[in-house]
Amino acid sequence: MRASSKRWRAPLLSLAVLIVLLAGWHAATRPPAAAVGVDPAYAALVGGAAAGGGQTPVPGPLEVGTQLWHHLQHPFYDNGPNDKGLGLQLGYSIGRVLAGYLLAALVAVPLGFLIGMSPVVYRALDPYIQVLKPISPLAWMPLALYTIRDAGVSAVFVIFICSVWPMLINTAFGVMSVRRDWLNVARTLEVSRLRTVLHVVLPAAAPTIMTGMRISIGIAWLVIVAAEMLIGGTGIGYFVWNEWNNLSISNIICAILFIGVVGMLLDALLARLARLVAYRE
Amino acid sequence: MARHFLQVEGLARRYPDARGKGETTVFENVDFHIDRGEVVCVIGHSGCGKTTILNILAGIDMASAGVVIMDGREVAGPSLDRGVVFQAHALLPWLTALQNVAFGVRSRWPDYSRSQVEEHSMRYLEMVGLGRAVHKKPAELSGGMKQRVGIARAFAVQPKMLLLDEPFGALDALTRGTIQDELLAIVRATGQTVFMITHDVDEAILLADRILLMSGGPHARIAETVAVTLPQERSRATLHHLPQYQDIRNRLVDFLMEKEKAGHPEEVSA
Repeated sequence: MRASSKRWRAPLLSLAVLIVLLAGWHAATRPPAAAVGVDPAYAALVGGAAAGGGQTPVPGPLEVGTQLWHHLQHPFYDNGPNDKGLGLQLGYSIGRVLAGYLLAALVAVPLGFLIGMSPVVYRALDPYIQVLKPISPLAWMPLALYTIRDAGVSAVFVIFICSVWPMLINTAFGVMSVRRDWLNVARTLEVSRLRTVLHVVLPAAAPTIMTGMRISIGIAWLVIVAAEMLIGGTGIGYFVWNEWNNLSISNIICAILFIGVVGMLLDALLARLARLVAYRE
Repeated sequence: MARHFLQVEGLARRYPDARGKGETTVFENVDFHIDRGEVVCVIGHSGCGKTTILNILAGIDMASAGVVIMDGREVAGPSLDRGVVFQAHALLPWLTALQNVAFGVRSRWPDYSRSQVEEHSMRYLEMVGLGRAVHKKPAELSGGMKQRVGIARAFAVQPKMLLLDEPFGALDALTRGTIQDELLAIVRATGQTVFMITHDVDEAILLADRILLMSGGPHARIAETVAVTLPQERSRATLHHLPQYQDIRNRLVDFLMEKEKAGHPEEVSA
């Protein structure tokens, strides 16, 4: 009995926090009680808010909730370039992230192995990594647009460049810190170099590599929104920017929510993969 | 000239000082030999380079001077001919006990089929009494069982010589005793040549045909060799009743105590 009541404590607290937040939001965004009387025909023409002379009000939870429900019901509609369903836009973004991310993994993991196994290569490449790593991925954008001349591919490149560093550094670190004993076991058993890499170094470093991959997917998902705001056309980042131009605050809030949920799902997916390669010493 | 199975001549290990001038000599002029089927134990204080000597024999460390010749060939690198049981078992934690043993078996006999590898590995796991725990990962095994897997892994590749680096140091006394008896039985049954490092005087007397006593480092060397003239058939239960047992034990303990007193200031500086 006590145990089960303890189990419910955290979810109940979560729910309470949600209710408090929603109530606060609702109270803060309630329209002023006495609106200035306007001619209804004029109001219909320019929109209620504009007719009243005020700014576009921040939408309350009910309005956003209605909009959210609408998006959930029609996630994949496509009414031309500026009116696509949120699901479709998220799909574009996820596609770009995965493309750039997988390309980055294809480069970073083998290169990280090389750096981790050869002190010479490590010392030779370290200065480049140290200089390139802190560059904001978006700083590459103009250069990418100029050289690649394709907005979509440029976005993929920006995702590539921001995901590559955590994977590269973690792979190299994981490979470098493989226990000496395990390598000695492989040596005394005359295991070939390739088999040692595949059967000792790779599994030993896998948890560290996965940590890098998890950091990378998080960064990639952060960067894609900003990148798509710049390139325009499709994607959740473009959607947010477009709705800002439409001054549809409730759509922006919906998009923010979806961005958070997708980011969480991507992280959970990587966490699950990480558990597959984890080992206990 | 009749050659011994393993011949170690003039072995030394030096490394540069921290300041970059001069050298520190861990051990030098280390000469000994081991005949086929012989069990030789090394006893000495920590810091005298016992593990380094074992690693040089294993081929995973380099000597600064001297040679090691086994079976007519110079030891110049690791080889399946010398099986190593590591101090901290060194099992690969993501593999099961069976896979850990099979890892070496597959390397020794690359032509074996999957079932042959498994069958061969199982035979050695059963030999160390682990027949039922073969699908467990090291983290699920007790310290004694882990070390048994380590022993099975070393035996399974059928090396010409077995090198054991304080294999029971981390085990409790009860487990240690049991595994010592098991190891003794296996070594006698297979006629295995063994070189083993230990801290434990009784363990050395139980297992060894000869015991090498190393003086403390730096400039460590083999100070004495004690032949264990007890009958081959020994067991922990009856060992201490044998007439020469006390003499040998006293000699070993005296050596260790004396060196401790004499070598104390040196050891602090090292």
